[in-house]
Amino acid sequence: MSDASKGPLIEFQGITKTYGQGQAAFQALRGVDLCIREGEFLAIMGPSGSGKSTAMNILGCLDTPSSGSFLFQGVHVENLDRNQRALLRRHYLGFVFQGFNLLARTSAQENVELPLLYRGEPPERRHQAAREALALVGLSGWEHHTPAELSGGQQQRVAIARAIVTQPLVLLADEPTGNLDSQRSHEIMELLARLNREQNITVLMVTHEPDMAVYTSRVVHFVDGLVASDNPQEGQAC
Amino acid sequence: MLMNAILLALREIRRNLMRSFLTILGIVIGVAAVITMVTLGNGATKMVSDQISSLGSNLLIMRPGQRLGPGRDEAGAPKFKVADAEAIRNQVGSLQAVAPVVGSSVTLVAGNNNWSSTVTGTTNSYFTTGNWTLGSGRKFSDEDEKVGRSVCVIGNTVRTKLYGQQNPLGASLRIKNFSCEVIGLLASKGQGAMGMDQDDVVVIPLLTAQRRLTGNQDVATLMISMQDGADSTRVMSQIRQLMRERRKLAENDDDNFNLMDTKQIAQTLSGTIGTMTSLLGAVAAVSLLVGGIGIMNIMLVSVTERTREIGIRLAIGALENEVLLQFLIEAVALSALGGLLGILLALVACLGLSALTQMPFIFDPGINLLAFAFSAAIGVLFGYMPARRAASLDPIEALRHE
Repeated sequence: MSDASKGPLIEFQGITKTYGQGQAAFQALRGVDLCIREGEFLAIMGPSGSGKSTAMNILGCLDTPSSGSFLFQGVHVENLDRNQRALLRRHYLGFVFQGFNLLARTSAQENVELPLLYRGEPPERRHQAAREALALVGLSGWEHHTPAELSGGQQQRVAIARAIVTQPLVLLADEPTGNLDSQRSHEIMELLARLNREQNITVLMVTHEPDMAVYTSRVVHFVDGLVASDNPQEGQAC
Repeated sequence: MLMNAILLALREIRRNLMRSFLTILGIVIGVAAVITMVTLGNGATKMVSDQISSLGSNLLIMRPGQRLGPGRDEAGAPKFKVADAEAIRNQVGSLQAVAPVVGSSVTLVAGNNNWSSTVTGTTNSYFTTGNWTLGSGRKFSDEDEKVGRSVCVIGNTVRTKLYGQQNPLGASLRIKNFSCEVIGLLASKGQGAMGMDQDDVVVIPLLTAQRRLTGNQDVATLMISMQDGADSTRVMSQIRQLMRERRKLAENDDDNFNLMDTKQIAQTLSGTIGTMTSLLGAVAAVSLLVGGIGIMNIMLVSVTERTREIGIRLAIGALENEVLLQFLIEAVALSALGGLLGILLALVACLGLSALTQMPFIFDPGINLLAFAFSAAIGVLFGYMPARRAASLDPIEALRHE
């Protein structure tokens, strides 16, 4: 890890993404260069259609670029197959979505345990880790509630607990406050900022609310499939 | 990975208990139907063979005419006489008893009760050939048989219908237009093959029957029982040869009597029931298949319904194979559960039906195991396609699914 913390964690080099073929082809990303270091809290902003979601999908190893290279800790992700990318997500990434995406009729505890189940952790470790993660997001005592019994803010906290229970390197949040009122939104942002600060988790967040972007240390604006502005902090440019 | 998948699948089934139950209902009914049909078939076969052996072990039945059954051409064939029975008894080896039998349907009257039944005129040998034992009283004496006394031995049904719970011994029974004394009561045999009541009988001496009922010297049927271990083929050919001589048949004449081995009837009947059982089992197996299609249907719906969930699983790092395995195991667990419930249901149904029809209940582990294995196999077969579909979903598309 000590080596990785010096070099960039994530590197986009001339990333393009094209959907469709021939006449109907649509280029969502048109050569994006981006460099993210460990420990950053980065907001990706931009109007709809600017390619920010596409970039997020590629960053989350859910999608592959059409061309260019994507290095994650120096590994060329664009060359990995579906299963290898799944393993990469399993071990290094955590996801938070706009719509929470918890399993219905499943307790908070079991929802948080899900990623550990796929990692093959033994039951004791799973229960322990899930309780700790829920405590970290301030949901101690809510372990046995199902999503239907929780408020939107609480559901998003469960989702964050699920994302961090594996102690990932990177937390990817796709409009995490999109479905919440402003007070809950600020609570969630404070939580993310705290996790970034205290757990040293790199947080990448897509948002279109400038209010939320102020919590971050760096804002990248996308326009028409290209990076329009970027404000890397001192000494963090690659 | 397998343990995980099993855990996930069971959790999913528990999460949708009602739907899971409805899904497996088809399999439950299919498995129960197959097992019930086969078990009842086995019971019926057992019952028939039991009853035929209760007719008498190693029993041969000889009747005039060429064929047995409907359209029997009995008209032209000469009847047997008592002398035929004696000749067979004396000249053929390995025999236990030969009983000449005449029968007649009559109305029986005792006191204020009457009852329609069949009277059998025969000798004491009949009790041997028919495997009858006396419950109480006595058989015919030599005197009874020689002079044709009006005495009778009755079966349990006749006793219940005419005398209720009273002791019938010594009572008088009017048969058609003559009265006779009840001297014996037969031990009950229960229901016979093809549903006839074996206990609905009245037995009187042959001579009495010939004089009072049929009015001639003819004997309708000869019941011949062989000794244990006798070679029935040899005995039958000896009897046939003897009867051809006695009836003065030429070389190229057909037999004008027929001789049957009850064992053969039993085998034929068992064979028929076996065929019926296979047929019903096959029909039931179709319903099992339909149950399997039901599972596939629900699993496909479930995959569509849970697209988002699959997306979540894939996003947090589930491998394609893990999702495939989860859905496959879900299908197999469902159908295996259906199989188990089906076996239980079949057990209840078989116990109930066998009590109702008085057929013996024979637990057949083979068919239970087969039906269970088949239902699990159906889970794999019909679960694979939905599972494949779930595993090959694109996580981004799946997460966007509403």
